[in-house]
Amino acid sequence: MAESYPDDLKYHAEHDWARIEGEMATFGVTWYAQDALGEVVFYDPPEVGSSVTKDRAYAEVESVKAVSDVFAPLSGEIVAVNELLSDAPENINSDPYGDGWMVRVKLSDASEVESLLDVAAYKDLL
Amino acid sequence: MPPAADTLRRTPLFDRHTAAGARIVPFAGWEMPVQYEGVRSEHVAVRTGAGAFDVSHMGQVITSGPEAEAFLQHLLSNDVTRIADGGAQYSVLCDEHGGVLDDLFTYRLGAPGGLPPFDSFLTVTNASNHERDHAWLTEHSEGFDVTVEDAADRYAMLAVQGPYARTAVDRISDGELPKRMRTATLAVAGAECLVCGTGYTGEDGVEILTGPEHAPALWDALMGEGVTPTGLAARDTLRLEACFHLYGNDLSLDRTPIEAGLGWCCKLDTGFIGSEALRSVEPGQALVPFVFTGPGIPRQGNPVHTEAGDGVVCSGTMSPCLEMGIGMAYVPVGASEPGTAIEVDVRGKSRAAEVRDKPLYPPKPEE
Repeated sequence: MAESYPDDLKYHAEHDWARIEGEMATFGVTWYAQDALGEVVFYDPPEVGSSVTKDRAYAEVESVKAVSDVFAPLSGEIVAVNELLSDAPENINSDPYGDGWMVRVKLSDASEVESLLDVAAYKDLL
Repeated sequence: MPPAADTLRRTPLFDRHTAAGARIVPFAGWEMPVQYEGVRSEHVAVRTGAGAFDVSHMGQVITSGPEAEAFLQHLLSNDVTRIADGGAQYSVLCDEHGGVLDDLFTYRLGAPGGLPPFDSFLTVTNASNHERDHAWLTEHSEGFDVTVEDAADRYAMLAVQGPYARTAVDRISDGELPKRMRTATLAVAGAECLVCGTGYTGEDGVEILTGPEHAPALWDALMGEGVTPTGLAARDTLRLEACFHLYGNDLSLDRTPIEAGLGWCCKLDTGFIGSEALRSVEPGQALVPFVFTGPGIPRQGNPVHTEAGDGVVCSGTMSPCLEMGIGMAYVPVGASEPGTAIEVDVRGKSRAAEVRDKPLYPPKPEE
């Protein structure tokens, strides 16, 4: 897919996005991150029920040559993981904001959202 | 510390790579294409069609003179006297302790001007070891009637590999391509090239050495035959499926070629430097290929646990053809038999693996 950064997402400087819906949020990595990684060949999802902490790694994605941490843009508890990625991690490349989503999280601190970047601020980092 | 970008060298094909959309990375002091379209498609192109690799970063040393053969016999681990005119041979270069300085292909070019016994040999070095190799050879040439020349700047080098590689090169060549492990001097794409029936992918194909000024025309002619530009990332996955050693991963000064499974190219009776040390080693570990039987990707440095003791992964990747994590590891000799179950610690997660025969690809037919 072509380079894109949807307006309705919030961004973290480590090239992660959050789609926030009330006290729930979906996390993934941005187009920039998947492009830098190259073809993703392995994604090991975290456990449902485990907690994630803002700015800390919660998973790893692997391309042929490299391993990269995936950082949590917000804190909370994982309520769902994208099982599709275990068999088809290439969705992270082909559809980073759709089928390439990584985890769904019940947020523990709504005020953390204020520290995330909007699309314009994130694009300024690239 | 990696050198600053402005000190990195570029091959004569740098502009071709960027025009083809390559991602360029620093590698052994060079700016090299790591991938174009993507590692998976390039890997598959080499397994099913033909791929071209720019390996101009590799070095060349030419050794010539009346005692060239005797000199190389003293340095290289294999029996250099067995290389026929126009032949090729794989060997390692060892230090006095039997540690590996480099692994190399040496080609006997024959007598320049047809005047034996003034033999001449071309040895291809790894880019990261070239200067050390050249210095080592020069230093040890004292007392031999030989000339050791650093010829790295005289050559660009392309590898064309895959089941369609010979057909593609044949269509742009005047003359017959050399058979496997042989060389021939031919006009390819209109200029004289040294064509070698060697490679690093497990596929048939050739490696072509030519003057740097001719490399772009040669590259263009290969592209015109439908050969796929192939980067360093696919070169690594291809060689690992084929279980070929990579210096710095699988070979180093801290390991002997015997441990590395290269005893077959160490002819101890030739008396090469390091042979005495190798005579007395009883290797405790062996380099073995393995596959992950479950999820995960092994990486260099991952600890290995076996019933016979611990080991370490030296190369690992996701195999595009086998679609599983694969690698090579040094394990205790007692755990080196194919079929042995081992465990690899991948950043704290224990992954199940099994020792296999080489090569990992093509896999042996089921019995």
